[in-house]
Amino acid sequence: MSRHTLSVLVENQPGVLARVASLFSRRGFNIESLAVGPTESDEVSRMTIVVNVEELPLEQVTKQLNKLINVIKIVELDASSAVQRELILVKVRADLETRSHILETVQLFRAKVVDVASDAVTIEATGSVDKLDALLRVLEPFGVKELVQSGMVAIGRGPRSISDRSLRTLERGA
Amino acid sequence: MSEQLTGAQSLIRSLEHAGVDTVFGIPGGAILPAYDPLFDSEQVRHILVRHEQAAGHAAEGYALATGRVGVCMATSGPGATNLVTPIADAYMDSVPMVAVTGQVPSNAIGTDAFQEADIRGITMPITKHNFLVTDPSEIPRAVAEAFHIASTGRPGPVLIDVSKDALQAMTTFEWPTHIDLPGYRPVTRPHAKQVREAARMIVEAKRPVLYVGGGVIKAGASQQLMELAALTGIPVVTTLMARGAFPDSHPQHLGMPGMHGTVAAVTALQKSDLLIALGARFDDRVTGKIGSFAPGAQVIHADVDPAEISKNRVADVPIVGDAREVISDLVAALKAEHEAGRVGDYGAWWSRVDSWRETYPLGYAPAPEGELSPQYAIERLGSIVGPEAIYTAGVGQHQMWAAQFIRYEHPMTWLNSGGLGTMGFAVPAAMGAKVGRPDATVWAVDGDGCFQMTNQELATCTVNDIPIKVALINNGSLGMVRQWQTLFYNERYSETDLKSKQIPDFVKLAEAYGCVGLRVDRAEDVDATIEKAMSINDAPVVVEFVVHQDAMVWPMVAVGTSNDDIIAARDAAPVWDRED
Repeated sequence: MSRHTLSVLVENQPGVLARVASLFSRRGFNIESLAVGPTESDEVSRMTIVVNVEELPLEQVTKQLNKLINVIKIVELDASSAVQRELILVKVRADLETRSHILETVQLFRAKVVDVASDAVTIEATGSVDKLDALLRVLEPFGVKELVQSGMVAIGRGPRSISDRSLRTLERGA
Repeated sequence: MSEQLTGAQSLIRSLEHAGVDTVFGIPGGAILPAYDPLFDSEQVRHILVRHEQAAGHAAEGYALATGRVGVCMATSGPGATNLVTPIADAYMDSVPMVAVTGQVPSNAIGTDAFQEADIRGITMPITKHNFLVTDPSEIPRAVAEAFHIASTGRPGPVLIDVSKDALQAMTTFEWPTHIDLPGYRPVTRPHAKQVREAARMIVEAKRPVLYVGGGVIKAGASQQLMELAALTGIPVVTTLMARGAFPDSHPQHLGMPGMHGTVAAVTALQKSDLLIALGARFDDRVTGKIGSFAPGAQVIHADVDPAEISKNRVADVPIVGDAREVISDLVAALKAEHEAGRVGDYGAWWSRVDSWRETYPLGYAPAPEGELSPQYAIERLGSIVGPEAIYTAGVGQHQMWAAQFIRYEHPMTWLNSGGLGTMGFAVPAAMGAKVGRPDATVWAVDGDGCFQMTNQELATCTVNDIPIKVALINNGSLGMVRQWQTLFYNERYSETDLKSKQIPDFVKLAEAYGCVGLRVDRAEDVDATIEKAMSINDAPVVVEFVVHQDAMVWPMVAVGTSNDDIIAARDAAPVWDRED
């Protein structure tokens, strides 16, 4: 099993997320992380889906995804040729004694404190999965009270855009 | 300024623009507005069925017999959920179908309103695509796209759910001049390089088999297949979905492969060194235990759906394309190979294939004294009625016997539920086929279990002048399940005895529905009874064949075993020569 990141361009229409999600579950694939949002075109949304599968089943799920009428394009973004980021918000216990240690850690990881209370701080951090894992490991001993994490978003490195061609087609049709 | 009309009128006009001549359905609250303009349509004939499931199967039968999109209509909630089985059936067997359902008014959606069901959500995994339309101006586009999606690429069912308020509101009508679906561009033209590679492998192969699936019928590629077979001389097998794609009378035809296929067809696939799969999907009922299927074969796999290629069996040469175009191109590429002096030599292969065919022909054990054998009845039906007729079947033993013992010569003459295995398919599918092909004789070969699931449609047939014929194979039980109990459950017949030789009286039932009912329980009366049924053309006919209960479908590859372990008949596994 290995992790794969799929960027899926879909038509911005109701029900598309349900179609994609149910396809994964019906074909027996577990989604590790999912992020959906708008793109530079109003008519297109982009999903970033992280799955943990073997090569052959990945090909099968990609083909099945491609059969969905609302799916325009699927690209696998591998870690070496793409920027991959997640966002976490983490609430950590922080009393007078530990606060300065925590702030030091925040500095080290280029994270930031977004909320402060008398006995806790809330930290915002973005980065690769590895970096955020490392940050959490360091924060763990202080006492993590609450953690929320976004799905991964990813974009290919270099000047080319995965949406170029598909969007042009869309505009021609409009 | 364009003309104002209701959403309902727009819907019916859209169906007319899509070329619809027949809709099978039942009205109800949410779809009611659509039935008012439908009443006036001169183009669209609505056939009022007795259960929505039958509307769906009738639409499938219509589509399978004509190649055109079948249409069914139902109301919201239970009307729509009753369509779920035929929609799933059409999805599994790639049947072009459009289902139109009414939905509760848009302001009531999500409130658990009366007769509300999220049919779009329910049918997402069993449709090629579906729509929920709440804006009346979107109706023409949704209908146009639905028919386009249903009938192109790999065909399949599309559902359009229209809210009642959208049907009632005023709107304008504009039929879209072009379809624009950026995420839907089926590839039909095969890649030339792949086709050349396939041709090269075919002339080099020693033991090739043409493994023909339902896609060949869907693509209308029978003529091209004949050309390919004639050019190469390669043995042909036709799957359950492809019966009729290649004439049974052709000497290169080995019959049906799979769980109840002929020994020759199953064994030829097993011993092959090159499978040329055309519009077939390596279904588990064909391959048996997949790991031991055709172990020595390379695979050329052509299908219009790229997701089928290498799904169950990795293809050495994948070809994405429409079967007709693929086969035409393959014929051209093979001619080029032949002109260059490269011709396949399959003489040695044929002598082995012929020996299997001669040693293990299809057959059946005679019925006990005084009883009628179901295989005999079906075999006689096929002989007397002939290959110009259309045959439908339910699911079970009678279906397998109808696939084995009726000789098919033409595509679209054998309609059955292959993938989903839907009992009750035969009667409504026959009704739909007869409506689509009124000049053809249409026989539903049915079992007593299946028949009791959908026989209410005989009423629809009688009152709408749809004179189908039913060959009801009555063994008094759920025969295929009983067969498994005989073989794998120590003859413990748990809940398979329907007692339908006693209840109901099928002849009386047929008569109650305005049909002619005939009964035969002796072999010597079979021919005369079938001929009598053939002479009646002004009413549906039900012929009940009372057959013996213990007849079994042979050959058989038991579930989970290898095709190498095919059993030709009970306690008679083939003995392979040393070379095999």
